[in-house]
Amino acid sequence: MSTLTAAWDWLTDPAHWPGDDGIRHRLLQHLLLTVVCLILSCLIALPVALVLGHLGKGGALAVNISNVGRAVPTFAVLVLLLLTPVGRWGDGPTVVALVLFAVPPLLTNAYVGMREVDRNVVQAARGMGMTGRQLLFHVELPLSLPLLLNGVRIAAVQLVATATIAALAGGGGLGRIITAGFNLASTPQVVAGALLVAVFALLVEGVFEIAERVAPAWVRGSR
Amino acid sequence: MRCGAHTNPGRHGACPWCGPSGRAPRPGHHNAPPSSPVRSNGPVSAPPDDCLARNEWICGAYLSTRRQILLDAVVQHLQLTFLSVLIGLVIALPLAVLARRWGWAAGPVLAVTTILYTIPSLAMFSLLLPLYGLSATLVVAGLVLYSLTLLVRNILAGLRAVPEETRQAARGLGYGPVRLLLTVELPLALPAAMAGLRIATVSAVSLLTVGAIVGFGGLGNLIYSGMNTYFKAQVLTASVLCVLIAVAADLLLLGVQRLITPWTRAARS
Repeated sequence: MSTLTAAWDWLTDPAHWPGDDGIRHRLLQHLLLTVVCLILSCLIALPVALVLGHLGKGGALAVNISNVGRAVPTFAVLVLLLLTPVGRWGDGPTVVALVLFAVPPLLTNAYVGMREVDRNVVQAARGMGMTGRQLLFHVELPLSLPLLLNGVRIAAVQLVATATIAALAGGGGLGRIITAGFNLASTPQVVAGALLVAVFALLVEGVFEIAERVAPAWVRGSR
Repeated sequence: MRCGAHTNPGRHGACPWCGPSGRAPRPGHHNAPPSSPVRSNGPVSAPPDDCLARNEWICGAYLSTRRQILLDAVVQHLQLTFLSVLIGLVIALPLAVLARRWGWAAGPVLAVTTILYTIPSLAMFSLLLPLYGLSATLVVAGLVLYSLTLLVRNILAGLRAVPEETRQAARGLGYGPVRLLLTVELPLALPAAMAGLRIATVSAVSLLTVGAIVGFGGLGNLIYSGMNTYFKAQVLTASVLCVLIAVAADLLLLGVQRLITPWTRAARS
């Protein structure tokens, strides 16, 4: 318990909030990294998944890519990127690694969502004379939205976790408070940083949970 | 705080827990930069022109000169992964069975495991620091919590998928609750449980590398020290070995699953 009070004292100490290494800056960095990389990975993964799903091709790729993503250690990828020329761009390795690990869940979920759209509905739409584009945007996309958004949620949580590990490889974000704590042998700081990260991750999960509850019924789907 | 646990003195200077006299990288040590052939006594010889000196990504000399270090890291990686998944399984099985038996318990159990799974690995290890200190126990405890989530979810899904007719048929044959669970429900839940076990094992292999922050990361230790010394061959070799372990474990468990659930194959063909 004494460690928890010490961690709380560390968190509430006003000296630890301002500045480049301060909690406020790290929090903003973490938020910025998560949001920017989520948008980037959505821009990369979703068009590919929607087109592949619409055409019904590349299914093995879309499903296996998430298994591959699980087997490759985040930390190893971060360090490998740091040692390549990408490592000289400052936040380059972090951003690339974050996007790499957010793409698989997005791709897989969006693809599976597209393929799970009732084939009868698709055929009915075709029978009504819808073109491929109309079919994609007015039938398949709305119907696959629940699974697609679930993928976004998984990706967001994954991004928060990866951004934390990025601190081990010199990246910014809340993880830096933890690694700095380890370097200073300050257990209260390590625990305080971990609490911040945990609360941040749970908040992200919570935001998606609430968004799902208040969303209109057709977005939520039947599940 | 244990001192020998540390393998990350590299760029950031001496390890704070070991003091300034901590283990500084010495020539030949695996933390030493690969290009340090100059000795203080004797004539200065020209640096050897091999892949270690050139710091290349792929290096056969690295494999032959650092065989023992690699072997130790792989053994630690396998031990810690196996231990955490095993403990996770031992805890998850009763939890899933209880959650199946008492419907009201399922909600809280799933909620707690989901919250645990949302916490990033680095934060999880850090939160356990006051409890376990810098020890292998800390890494194992963190990984147990992660595998718990995946295992409970999958075993519970498997148990729930057992058809009600099957259960009633067994009861009609005079099966008691224990015999029903052991000889009917659990075998039928095996495919889903094994799928969970495979995911949990592969995740544990990959997450263990983060344990390098406390010095018990198996191959992660080599990646960490390789990062601090810009030792490309070490980082690449350790990363590739890590992926190989994950793939091998996955295939092994797939083989075990085929062996213990022969009926799933018969039904498909």
